[in-house]
Amino acid sequence: MRIIPFAFSAVATILLVFLLNKKWGAIPPLGKFLSPQHGFWQNAEAVNADFDDDLKFPNLKGKVNVYFDERLVPHVFADNDEDLYFVQGYLHAKFRLFQMELQTMYAAGRLTEIIGNNPTIIRVDRETRRSGMVYAAENALKEFEADPASKLVCDAYTAGVNAYIESLPESQLPIEYKLLDYKPEKWNNLKIALFLKQMSRTLAGQVDDLELTNEKGVIPFSEFKILYPQVPDSLMPIVPVGTKFDAPGILPVKPASADSLYFGEKDTSIHVAEIIKEDPNNGSNNWAVAGIKTKSGAPILCNDPHLELTFPSIWYEMQLNSPHVNVYGATFPGSPNVIIGFNDNIAWGVTNAQRDVKDFYEIKFKDDTKREYWFNGRWLNTQIHIDTLKVRGAGDIYDTVAYTFFGPVMFDKSFADSLAPGKAIACRWAAHDASNEGLTFYKLNRAKNYDDYLEAIKHFTCPGQNFVFAAKSGDIAIWQQAKFPARWYGQGLMIMPGEDSSYSWQGYIPQSENPHAINPAQGYLVSANQRPADTAYPYFIPGNYINARAISINHQLQNMDQITVDDMKRLQNDYFNVTAEDARSLLVRYLRESDLNQDARRYLDIFRSWDAQASPGSKGQTVYQLWWDSLAHEVWADELSKVRPVVVVPNQQTLLEALLKDSAFKYVDNINTPQKETLYDDVTAAFQKASVELGKEEKAGTLEWTKHKSPRIYHLLKSSLMPFSEPIAVGGNGDIINATTESHGPSWRMIVQLTENTEAYGVYPGGQSGNPGSKYYDDFVGAWTKGQYYSLWIMKRKETGDPRVKWRVSFGTR
Amino acid sequence: MKILVAIILTALLSFVGGLYLPWWNIAIAAFISVLLIPLAGGRAFLAGFAGVFLLWFLLAWWIDIKNQHILSRKIAEIFPLGGSSFAIILVTAFIGALVGGLAATSASFLRNRRS
Repeated sequence: MRIIPFAFSAVATILLVFLLNKKWGAIPPLGKFLSPQHGFWQNAEAVNADFDDDLKFPNLKGKVNVYFDERLVPHVFADNDEDLYFVQGYLHAKFRLFQMELQTMYAAGRLTEIIGNNPTIIRVDRETRRSGMVYAAENALKEFEADPASKLVCDAYTAGVNAYIESLPESQLPIEYKLLDYKPEKWNNLKIALFLKQMSRTLAGQVDDLELTNEKGVIPFSEFKILYPQVPDSLMPIVPVGTKFDAPGILPVKPASADSLYFGEKDTSIHVAEIIKEDPNNGSNNWAVAGIKTKSGAPILCNDPHLELTFPSIWYEMQLNSPHVNVYGATFPGSPNVIIGFNDNIAWGVTNAQRDVKDFYEIKFKDDTKREYWFNGRWLNTQIHIDTLKVRGAGDIYDTVAYTFFGPVMFDKSFADSLAPGKAIACRWAAHDASNEGLTFYKLNRAKNYDDYLEAIKHFTCPGQNFVFAAKSGDIAIWQQAKFPARWYGQGLMIMPGEDSSYSWQGYIPQSENPHAINPAQGYLVSANQRPADTAYPYFIPGNYINARAISINHQLQNMDQITVDDMKRLQNDYFNVTAEDARSLLVRYLRESDLNQDARRYLDIFRSWDAQASPGSKGQTVYQLWWDSLAHEVWADELSKVRPVVVVPNQQTLLEALLKDSAFKYVDNINTPQKETLYDDVTAAFQKASVELGKEEKAGTLEWTKHKSPRIYHLLKSSLMPFSEPIAVGGNGDIINATTESHGPSWRMIVQLTENTEAYGVYPGGQSGNPGSKYYDDFVGAWTKGQYYSLWIMKRKETGDPRVKWRVSFGTR
Repeated sequence: MKILVAIILTALLSFVGGLYLPWWNIAIAAFISVLLIPLAGGRAFLAGFAGVFLLWFLLAWWIDIKNQHILSRKIAEIFPLGGSSFAIILVTAFIGALVGGLAATSASFLRNRRS
C-alpha cells in the first residue's frame, strides 16, 4: 500500500507550496519572492542592461521616439501632444510605478488596502479622508476635465500609465509589490488630481491652528505677538523693500463678537491635534539674476525645492518635445508636464509660499447622528459621507463624516478620543476648492514671454507658490501666486466659532494684488520661504515663514557681480549659518565662563574659532545647535510645558530677535523657581547642559555636524526597508542655503543661464530608476552630495545620431 | 545514471515551465520527471531536490553576476543574512529544492503503487 505515503507527501507538497505562496506578517511569500524567474531576482537589472525597445500601441496617433542619454534621462519626441503625454505616462509608470501608486493611495486614505490592519495606518487614512483630500481631488477633477486641453493631456497620460500596467507581467512588477505581495490597480485621472492634492497637503496643509487653540488657555492671545511675530525685524521680503502696494481691493471686517468669542482668554483647549504633520522645513530656494549682474549678460535662474529626500525621488528628469512644445526639467511621476524647468524661451522655478490657507471652525451638532448643525440661527442639514476603509486581511471600516458649510467635520467624538467633550471641528481649506493647477504647468511649458507666464500662473490656486521667472528677452520676475483668503487681523490663527457665517472667509485677495516684482533695480529676485512683503503690504498674511535663508541669499547676491553659473552652483551649496553669526556675540557675552568645567571650555573654544559654516565636518555647528536648542528650552519650556497636548515652539529667529532687542526678555525667567533668572543664567545653564550632550557625542565620535545629524535618504517605506536607504555625508540645515536636514533638503537643484543657446545644469539625490536593483537607482547621489551638477542636454530633433544617445525606444501604432 | 537524467529533466522542465507558469511549476516539473523516470523514495527526493536546486542556484547566480550584486546584497540585509549575496543565492536554491524534493517523492510513491 503506497497510497498513504503518496497522499501524505502530496499533501505535504501542496501545503509547502501554499505556505511559500503566502505573506506571513512582514515576510513576503518566500517561494514567489525567491523564484529566480518570478521573484526579486527579476528586479536585479543587469548593469549593462539594454533599454532599447520597439513598442506598439493601437491608441497612439503617430510615432514617438524616445532617446535615453547615459543618465537614463528620456528625450521624448512626439508628432503630437496626445502621444507626447501618453509616452510621459508610460515612462513614469515604467520607472516609478510603485511611488505613483503609493503616493496617490496615501492621498486617498487607502493605505490600509496595502499595509493592512495597523492602528496607526487606519488613523492616518481616516485623518486623510476627514481632511477632505478625496473631496478636494474630486472637485479638481471636475474642473480639469471641463477644460479641453487639460482633459486631453490627462486622458493621454492616464492611457500611457495603463498601457504600461497592462503590459506588465508579474515577474516585472516593481520589487515593493513583491515584498508587500499586492498588484497595481489601473490608473485614472482622479489619481492625477490626488497626486496634486498630496502636494497641496505637503505644502499648504501645515498649520498650527489646533495647537494655538490649545495654547490660548494658558498663554493669552496678546502674547502671541511676541511668541509668533508676523514680521521679523530682519525680514528681507520677496518683493523688494520700498515697493508701493495698491490700496487693498477688499477690506475684510472683524466680527463684532471676535474679542469675546475668539480672542478671549477662556480655556478653549480641545486636546487634539492633527497626526499628519508636514515637515516645517518643506521650503525651497529660488532666485533669478538679471543680465546686468551676470558675466554673460543673460539672466540666470536657480531653484532648489526642499522636500523629503526619498528613494525613489519625487522627481523624474525629462525632455518633452512635440511640434507645440519643447521643454526640459523635473517632472512629478503621477502628473503630466514639466513642473520645474525651462523651454527655448523662458525658465521658471517654484518655492513654497508658506501662507496659511487652512482654517478650522467649531461646529455645534444637534445630536450624535451629525445630521444637523446650528448655523445662522437655525438647524441646517449636513451632508453625510460614509467612507469605507478596506483593510487588507480584515473587514471594512466605515467612517461617517459630516460636511458643513465650511467643509468636512474632521474632528468629532467618533474620531478623536481625547477631544474635549461636545466639540466638533470642521476644516476649511483652500485645497478643497475646484481648481486646475495642472493647466499652469501646461502653459508654462509652452510660455514664450512674461505675459504667457503671467497668464499661466493665474490658474494656480493652491498650494501658494513663488513662481520665479526669467526669459531670454532679459526679463526677470516673481509672483507669489494662489487664491489667498483676505483675512482680518488674527483670523484663522486658531479655531474659529462656526455657528454662523461671520467668521468665514469674506473673499480673496485679488490676483493682481498678490506680491510680485518685475525687473527690479537691484537686478535680482529671491524667494526662500520668507514673508513675501514687509508691513507695507495691506493684508494680514499669516504663515510659517522661514527667514534666514533669504537673508543669506540676499546678502550674497547684493555683493556679487559678473555672476557665472559656477557662482550659482557655489551659492546653492553654501553652508553659511547667518543666524548663528548673528547669535554668536550674544551667546558669548552672556556666558559666565567661570562657571564652566574644563570640557565645556574646550567646546567653547571650538565655538569661538568656528567659521559659522555648517559644513559636514564642522564641530562648531554642532556646538552651536545644541547650545541654541538648549537655550530655547531654558527660555520657553517653563511656560509652554503647561499646554497640552502639543505646542508650537517659537522659532529660532524669534528668540534671537527678542534677546537682541531686550536681554531682560520676560520669558527668560523660569516661572517654576522662586528666584528670577537672567539671560546670564539661561545662556550659562544652556551651555552646561549642551556640554554634557556634547561630551556624549564626542565619546561616540559624532561631534562633527554630519555625523551628529546623520542625514539619510530613506526609501518611501522608511525604516521598514533600511537596506534600500543610503546615508549622505552632507552638512547644512533648514535655515542654511544648503538646507539638508536629517532626511529632508534640496530635492532638485537647477541652474539655467538663458543665453541664446540655453546652458542648464541640474542634479537630484536619487536616480532615474525607482528600482533598488538598478544601478540607476541612486547614481546621482554622489554628485549631489559633492555639490556637483550634470549638464542638461536639450536635445534637438536632428541630433538622433549624437553619441550621447545610449538607447532608443520607438512607440508606434503597429 | 537514472538519477542524473531525472535531475537534468527536473531542471529543464522547471525552467521551461517557469517561463509560462507561476513559481510552483517546479513542483509539477519534479513530479513529472519522477513519473517518467521512476526512482525509489530517497533517490526521488534527491533528484527533485537537486534538479530545482541546480536550476535556481545557477539562475540566481547568473543574474547576480550580471547585476554586480546590487540587489542581492540589499535583500540579504532585509532577510537578514548579513548582506551576503551567496547566502541569499543558497537560500533561494534551498527553498525551491525543498518543494522539488517533496513533489518528486510524491511521484515516486504514486509510481511505485502502479508498478
